[in-house]
Amino acid sequence: MTVGLVIVSHSEKIADGVVELASQMAADVAIIAAGGTDDGRIGTSFEKVQKAIARADSGAGTVIMCDLGSAVLTAETALDFLDDGVRERTWIADAPIVEGSVAAAVAAQTGASLAAVLVAASSAGRSDALDQDGDDASIPSPSPGEPRSDGSVDAEQSVTEIDLINREGLHARPAAAFVKLASGFEASVTVNGVDAKSLLRIMSLGLVRGDTLTLRGSGREAEEAITALRDLVASGFGEE
Amino acid sequence: MTENSTLGTDWALSWIRECARTVGENRSELVRLDREIGDGDHGENLDRGFTAVLQKLDASEPATPADVFKLVATTLISTVGGAAGPLFGTAFLKGSAAISGVDELDADALVAFLAAARDGVVARGKAEVGDKTMIDAWTPAVEAARSEQESGGDAHAVLSAAADAAEEGAASTEPLVARKGRASYLGERAVGHRDPGAQSSALLFRAAAETAGS
Repeated sequence: MTVGLVIVSHSEKIADGVVELASQMAADVAIIAAGGTDDGRIGTSFEKVQKAIARADSGAGTVIMCDLGSAVLTAETALDFLDDGVRERTWIADAPIVEGSVAAAVAAQTGASLAAVLVAASSAGRSDALDQDGDDASIPSPSPGEPRSDGSVDAEQSVTEIDLINREGLHARPAAAFVKLASGFEASVTVNGVDAKSLLRIMSLGLVRGDTLTLRGSGREAEEAITALRDLVASGFGEE
Repeated sequence: MTENSTLGTDWALSWIRECARTVGENRSELVRLDREIGDGDHGENLDRGFTAVLQKLDASEPATPADVFKLVATTLISTVGGAAGPLFGTAFLKGSAAISGVDELDADALVAFLAAARDGVVARGKAEVGDKTMIDAWTPAVEAARSEQESGGDAHAVLSAAADAAEEGAASTEPLVARKGRASYLGERAVGHRDPGAQSSALLFRAAAETAGS
């Protein structure tokens, strides 16, 4: 049971396209399009949004992604008409529809909670979400080995280097697989300095075949996380 | 108290029918206004919505004004398609809740209805007076209605005052830069154009006053 997504766009094609794009990285997540009006024109449909929420909601909650302003109005109005129990677990994300939907879908695929999916969507919208210096405000991950404020140093940390051998590099599907695996561990993990649990940051590194990854883990399960991620990269992600 | 001191379900029905008529008549004017600073679909969307409302009203027998307005609300929300659907729909929905179970609306009830409707639009669209939206017609209309009611005006006088203020409010949007809605993307280029939502709101207020008669 994962958090579901509803994609509300004025354009049926945009909604369908976002569903197609996001589903590629999140095969098990219910991502439902609610694009255009009932008769196929540009606009948003209260009924389409209502029906999409009903299909996306498995009980774990639903995040609604919207494009232009009145899509938000239609979605909010649909929320007003939901039963209290469903309304409490249905949230509208404040995020760009494409980047936010992809980030939310990947988070949902990893089994993230409703709140975590919402954070993943909205952090995709910040201008600093794609900078490459690794200080993501939404996911505090202290640099491994650095003293904490109380003076202690992470006992468990692990560092390894590995070359990318697969054709696509760390992009799209391989990046999603990498993030999904990293998210399964409690440890804080970075790859070349960026959060290994943030799909957009990993993809923004633009790593291609032949590049070297530096994986650093700290905290509980650091060793296991680094070993598993190294093995995944070494396997070539099932590509040539 | 005059003969027209209260307005019942018959008035609610004739008001909504007049809304449908005036929106149809002004459809191309609303489309023109929306083409200037929006996506050009306001007249068409609202016309489709009120046409659907008429069909729904023909097929049902609402007992109270609140029943009429609730039907209007749900129909507009599900048929309009643009921002006007949720906004006008919410107005009628919140307005109807404020007069739930009341058979005859006096000046006091009308003010409560209009104020709740306006509050619903504000809550939904998060716009303020001066943002170049329908609120620029609604808020002056509610204030004028309240002031007329407090000085002893009857139901018809309250609605006439509201209609006058809504028309002035709609005209007042012309020199503004939009801060909400699609027109906000245009910046200074929106200056000199009247907001279509404020204009259609003024039409609905005028329809209310005219059907209240005198």
